[in-house]
Amino acid sequence: MSLADQAPPRASRGATKTAGPTSWIERIPAAWWAAALVLLAMPLVANNFWLFQVMGWTFILGMIAVSLTFLAGYGGMVSLLQMSIAGLAGYMVAILGPSGTTSISLGLSWWIVLPAAFLIAAIFATLSGALAVRTEGIYTIMITLAIAAAFFYFTRQNYTIFNGYSGFNLVLPPRLFGVDWRDPVAFYYLCLGCAALCYGAVVYVSRSPFGLALQGVRDNPRRMAALGFNVTAHRVAAHAFASIFASMGGILLVWQNAQIAPGTIGISSAIDVLVVAVVGGMRRPLGAFVGAFIYVILQTFSPDVLGAFGFSAERFKLIIGIGFLAVVLFSPDGVMGLWDRWRARAARRVDPLTGQPR
Amino acid sequence: MSLSTVNERPGQMNSGNALELRGITKMFGALAAIADVTISVRPGERRAVLGSNGAGKTTLFNCITGDFPATSGIIRFFGEDVTAFPPYERIRRGLRRTYQISSLFAGLTVIDNVYLACRGVSRNRYSLLRPRSDDALVHAAEMLVEAVHLTAVKDRLVGELAYGQQRQLEIALAMSGAPRFILFDEPAAGLSPTERRDLVTILTSLPAHIGYIVIEHDMDVALRVVESVTMMHNGRVFKEGKPSEIEDDPEVQELYLGGGHG
Repeated sequence: MSLADQAPPRASRGATKTAGPTSWIERIPAAWWAAALVLLAMPLVANNFWLFQVMGWTFILGMIAVSLTFLAGYGGMVSLLQMSIAGLAGYMVAILGPSGTTSISLGLSWWIVLPAAFLIAAIFATLSGALAVRTEGIYTIMITLAIAAAFFYFTRQNYTIFNGYSGFNLVLPPRLFGVDWRDPVAFYYLCLGCAALCYGAVVYVSRSPFGLALQGVRDNPRRMAALGFNVTAHRVAAHAFASIFASMGGILLVWQNAQIAPGTIGISSAIDVLVVAVVGGMRRPLGAFVGAFIYVILQTFSPDVLGAFGFSAERFKLIIGIGFLAVVLFSPDGVMGLWDRWRARAARRVDPLTGQPR
Repeated sequence: MSLSTVNERPGQMNSGNALELRGITKMFGALAAIADVTISVRPGERRAVLGSNGAGKTTLFNCITGDFPATSGIIRFFGEDVTAFPPYERIRRGLRRTYQISSLFAGLTVIDNVYLACRGVSRNRYSLLRPRSDDALVHAAEMLVEAVHLTAVKDRLVGELAYGQQRQLEIALAMSGAPRFILFDEPAAGLSPTERRDLVTILTSLPAHIGYIVIEHDMDVALRVVESVTMMHNGRVFKEGKPSEIEDDPEVQELYLGGGHG
């Protein structure tokens, strides 16, 4: 079993353990090779709608949710700001780069626009994080919700920068390496690559000094201060770091839709990110992507199913809500927690002495 | 042990005291948990703070480290006024403490706990790169784990450890980096006789330049590891002296030693 597969945030066993005799490639379990193969080969069988809409949206939502998983799972800080951060990065791409709204968009080239978008979103995350980290629990949620709501209404009412209600359209990705990145296959691989990068970064950093200390801050902030850590600064830094993943998702989101408007970053979207992270399970970064997949599948296909039974397609939120309720009640660590328990039960069915099924 | 090599700080202001408390008062509402406490401890001095429950011993520690800042008074650490410093700034200057009730990271392994303690008082606290196996701090952490006899369980989660082992880990965390002064809050509480002997060995074999204050109810432990004693009563300093003087003092005996403690 690889560490990435087994170790939940609560039990990052052996951060400082020396590597075993086997190379890291050999320690990747077969299931991961299979998953990688399926994801890489998907464009051979899947149609454009599946690649671009379903999988593209899954990876994007997963990236935004994994930034929340990082903050909440490792840092114990539930923030409703991650969609706003993603939205700000997306808006920056539209405002600084080219878009259909030529009166506002500056049309700068991508190598200025992308770093600037990440930087501005990180500054926003740092400032709002600095406000939020001095509170705990429900108050963190309330403060971040308030900032998210304020940002949403600001974008809707400000016409000089954010172009108000209509937002920006015709925001297209740059034609890097001669590839049209909105082509479904290209966009699929772009999202897959970015999502893998985010996932790998979260897993790697969780056992770096920064990530370990963040878990220490989550479990026992007073003791961390008594070990020489500036707890407040560490939490703010976590908000800044998590903004990278949200920004990446936000930029891909604006390219996928080719537009961004206040509706993208509304309160319901902010809450959807929380729902996705909780349904997937916050104990592991993979949960964010599993949750995103479940959410996108429900969102995409439940209207048809509901319609067949004569219900309004709008009712799909009801299904998601019931699912959320079921997860919170029966498996607080999400679908990944269900999976872990199922595997633990399966392992117990094997006799520990003989290795034979009982 | 790594501790023998760590006192590389310049001996600045060594003429003064390691720890100097001037008129420390801590109010909880209208209640003065400690009132007008003035204590000076020389560098390298080892002192016990004794007193019945509620005498204000742990509150005194909390004021010294800044866990709960003092309401009034001045705290100097090696000549530097640290009264307004947050806890982490005091710790980075060489102050350490243990907690009466073990305050560890139960979800992390033993070695990760100690590694965090070593990282907290060094640079690169925000490093995003995982430590390599030849990292100096990983090595320092392993030495500390060995010093408190926990090498056999270093990859176990702290939550799975026996009580006595958690107390030893508590001490290891306080010895990380380059401590100059350590506050031990009832280190022997709940330990078996054997573990108490180990504790006495650990305390007496600390490098001579590291001073400490120990709060301890067990007189056998306390009076064997210190050279001076401060008696506290109702939040005030009641008596100061050598262990033998305190033991023989009739007032102390009436208040504390005869009071069923120890």
